[in-house]
Amino acid sequence: MVDVPYDRIADVPPAEVPEVELYHPKSWWTQYVFSQDAKVIAIQYSLTATAIGLVALVLSWLMRLQLGFPGTFSFIDANQYLQFITMHGMIMVIYLLTALFLGGFGNYLIPLMVGARDMVFPYVNMLSYWVYLLAVLVLASTFFVPGGPTGAGWTLYPPQAILSGTPGQDWGIILMLSSLILFIIGFTMGGLNYVVTVLQARTRGMTLMRMPLTVWGIFTATVMALLAFPALFVASVMMLFDRVLGTSFFMPALVEMGQQMKYGGGSPILFQHLFWFFGHPEVYIVALPAFGIVSDLISTHARKNIFGYRMMVWAIVAIGALSFIVWAHHMYVSGMHPHFGFFFATTTLIIAIPTAIKVYNWVLTLWRGDIHLTVPMLFALGFIITFVNGGLTGLFLGNVVVDVPLSDTMFVVAHFHMVMGVAPIMVVLGAIYHWYPKVTGRMLDDWMGKFHFWVTFLGAYLIFFPMHYIGLLGVPRRYHEIGEAAFIPSSTHTLNAFITVMALMVGFAQMVFLFNLVWSYFKGRPSGGNPWRATTLEWQTPETPPGHGNWGKELPVVYRWAYDYSVPGAEQDFIPQNQPPRPTRAVQEAAP
Amino acid sequence: MVVAIILLLIAVGSVLFHIYSPWWWTPIATNWSYIDHTISITFWITGVVFFAVIAFMAYCVLRFHHKEGRQAHYNPENKKLEWWLTIGTAIGVGAMLAPGLVVWHQFVTVPADATEIEVMGQQWSWNYRLPGKDGRMGTTDVRHVSSENPMGLNPDDQHGQDDVVVASEDLHLPVGKPVKVLLRSLDVLHDFYVPEFRAKMDMVPGMVTYFWMTPIRTGTFDVLCAELCGAAHAQMRSKVIVEEENDYKAWLEKQKTYAELSGRSAVMRATYESSGK
Repeated sequence: MVDVPYDRIADVPPAEVPEVELYHPKSWWTQYVFSQDAKVIAIQYSLTATAIGLVALVLSWLMRLQLGFPGTFSFIDANQYLQFITMHGMIMVIYLLTALFLGGFGNYLIPLMVGARDMVFPYVNMLSYWVYLLAVLVLASTFFVPGGPTGAGWTLYPPQAILSGTPGQDWGIILMLSSLILFIIGFTMGGLNYVVTVLQARTRGMTLMRMPLTVWGIFTATVMALLAFPALFVASVMMLFDRVLGTSFFMPALVEMGQQMKYGGGSPILFQHLFWFFGHPEVYIVALPAFGIVSDLISTHARKNIFGYRMMVWAIVAIGALSFIVWAHHMYVSGMHPHFGFFFATTTLIIAIPTAIKVYNWVLTLWRGDIHLTVPMLFALGFIITFVNGGLTGLFLGNVVVDVPLSDTMFVVAHFHMVMGVAPIMVVLGAIYHWYPKVTGRMLDDWMGKFHFWVTFLGAYLIFFPMHYIGLLGVPRRYHEIGEAAFIPSSTHTLNAFITVMALMVGFAQMVFLFNLVWSYFKGRPSGGNPWRATTLEWQTPETPPGHGNWGKELPVVYRWAYDYSVPGAEQDFIPQNQPPRPTRAVQEAAP
Repeated sequence: MVVAIILLLIAVGSVLFHIYSPWWWTPIATNWSYIDHTISITFWITGVVFFAVIAFMAYCVLRFHHKEGRQAHYNPENKKLEWWLTIGTAIGVGAMLAPGLVVWHQFVTVPADATEIEVMGQQWSWNYRLPGKDGRMGTTDVRHVSSENPMGLNPDDQHGQDDVVVASEDLHLPVGKPVKVLLRSLDVLHDFYVPEFRAKMDMVPGMVTYFWMTPIRTGTFDVLCAELCGAAHAQMRSKVIVEEENDYKAWLEKQKTYAELSGRSAVMRATYESSGK
C-alpha cells in the first residue's frame, strides 16, 4: 500500500474570501415564507418536493394494482393507466429528485459545507423556489382540468403526445409543457446560485480539492443541468407551438383516424434528440449528487477517509462530461441512422469505467474501516447494492445490439427504477437520517429508521429484481394489461401480483418514515451539534440548527480536507476541517 | 453479523433466481441467436462483478463492523490498486462491447438477396404489403391515404399496381428466406415487435425505417406494439405465420393486389402485358 503523506493534503494555500452583506428579515413573512435564507428555501423545496412526491407514490400504487390484478379495479382504465405512468415518471424524475437534490440538499448544504454565510444571490434564490412552486401547482392542476393530465408517457414523444388518440390532449399536454418551462426557469435561477456560490464564496482555506464530495456532486450536477435543461426548454416551447399554433417542428404529414392533418415536414426524431440530450444528463443530474452524498455518508459512518478522493473527484467530472455524448443510446431502435449505434454504444460503455471506479472506491472505503451500522450507513449499503445492480443492467441496454430485444420491455423499467429510482432514493433517505439532526437539533428515531430501511430496501429489491425477468421474457412496458399472448406463461401474473404486494408494503414503510419525521421533531433525542462526529464544516456551526448567517461573527478557516478520520496519532477518530494543525506538525511542515 | 448475512443472501439469492427463473426469453425464431449469445456473455461478466462486489461488501461488514477499540486504517489512496481496477474494468467492458459491435454490424448490413416487405402501423392496427410479380414495391405517400387506399400507395406508380396489400389481417412469411422489413407509420410512433424475432425497430411517420432477419422455424407468433401509441397501445395486435414455401405460396395466391382492391385491375393487366412485351 502506498500511503499519500498526510501533509500533502494539508498544505494547499488558502483562498481569499470577502465578507458578504446579508439580507436580514424584518418580519415573520420574510423570515419563514418569502425567505432569502438558503436553509429556509431548502426546507421549502424539500417539503414541496415531498408533497408532490407523495402524489407520485400513490400513482405508483394505482399502477401496480392494475398490473398485479388486471380487471379487478374498475376505476382504472387504459387511459388512466397511461396518465398515471406519465405523471409518476415526470414527478419522480424532475419535480421530486432533481428538485430535492439540487433545490433541497444543494441549498442547505452548499453554503454550510463551503463555509459561506448564504448563497451569493439570495433574492434570486428565493424567486427560484416560488417559480418551482408555481410549476408544481401547474402540474398538479392537470388532474382537475377537462380530459385530465397527459398520458403521453414521461418522454412526451410527438406526434402521439399532441394527437387525440392520447389522453390529456386538450389541457393536459399544454399544462405539462408549461409546467416544464416554468420549472426550468426556476431551476436556472437556483442553479446559477449554486455554481457561483461554490466558485466564489468558499471560505478561507476551502480549496476545490478540499471540498466534500457532496459539494462536488451537487456542483457538477448543477453545471450539467444548466447545460442540459435548455434542450428540454426549447423542445417544450416547440411542441407547445405545434400543439397550440399548428406549427410542424416535430410533426410530419400524417393521417389521424382517417383524417388528413394539416401538419407537414417536421421530424419526430428531432424531438427525441432534444429530449434525450437533456434526458441522459438528467440521469446523472440525479446520480451525481447521490454519488457525492453517499461518499460522505460511507466515510463518516465507517470512520475512514473516502478511498481515492482525487480519483473520485475526477470520476465525477469525467462522468459529467461523458454523459453529454451518450444520449442516443435511448434511441437505438428509434429509426435514427443505424450507424450512430457504433458511436453511442462505445461512449456509453466507456462511461461504465469511471462509474465502476466510484463503486470500487466506496467498497474499498469500507475495507479496514470501523463500520458503524447506523441508519445512514445502512441506506448507503442499500444504495451500493441497488446501484451496482442497476448499473450492470445498464451495460445490457447500452450495448446497442443487446438493447434491440430488450428496449421498450419491462427490463428497461426495472433497470431505470433500480439505478435512478431506488438507488438515489436510498441516498436521499440516508441523507435525511444523517442531516436531520443538523436541521432540527434532534435525532430521528432509530428503531423506526431501521424498520423503514429494511422494508424499503428489501421490498424495493424484490420489486425490481424479478421485474427484469418479465422484460427478458418480452413483456412490453406501458401496457395496462398484457392480454392474450402465447409467449407469456401464466406464472407471470403471479409474479406481477407479488410485485404489487411488495410495492404496497414499501409504500406503507414510507408512512412510518413520515411519522418518524414529525414525531422526532417534537420528541426526538436532542442531538447536539455533531452527533456523528463528522469532519465537515456544517457540523461545526456555533448553533444547531445553524442560525441566520450560519457562522456567528467569524467565518471558519479550513486547514485540511474533509476526510481526516482515524488519523494515526490524533486524539479523536476525526479532525474537523477547521481545526488548525498542531504546533508539532507545523514544525514538521517547516522542516524540509 | 446479521447485516453481513443478509447482504450475502441477496447476492446468492439473485444468482439462484437467475438460474431457476421460469421467466426467460422466448425460443428464438430467426437468425439473431447472435444477439442471445451477446446477452449471455453480458450476463456472465456482469454476474461475476455483481457477486464479487456484494460478497466483498458482506465480508467488510462482517470483519470491520464497529467494536470497542477498533480504529480504521488511514489510507487516502492507492494508485497501483486503482490503476489495476481501472484496467480490469476496461477489459471487461471491451469483452462485452466488441462482440456487441460485431453483431450490430451484421444487424445493420442487409444481405443483397433479402426480399423487401412492408409493415405499416396506424392507431391501432397493422397493415402489410408484399411486392407483386415484378418484385418491387411501389412508392407511397401519406396524402394518398383513403378508405379505398389504406396504405397510401401512389396510384400512378406502375410498380405498386401488383403489390399485395394485407390490411388488418395476419402476415405470412416463408421460412429460411431473408427479409428486409420496411417500416412505416401513418400517424404516431409504433414499433413492430415480435419477441421471438429479437429484432425490432420503431416506425416513424414521415420516414421509412427497417430491419432484416431470416425466419428459421415455422410457427405462429404474436405481433405487439412496443412504442407507446395512445389509448389502445396494448390492444394493437396481429400475428405472423412463418410457414414452408408451398404453404406460403398458396396463401399468397389468395391475397388481393392493390389494383384489385382499388378497382384498377384492368389498368394493371394492360400495363403488365405491355411491359412484358
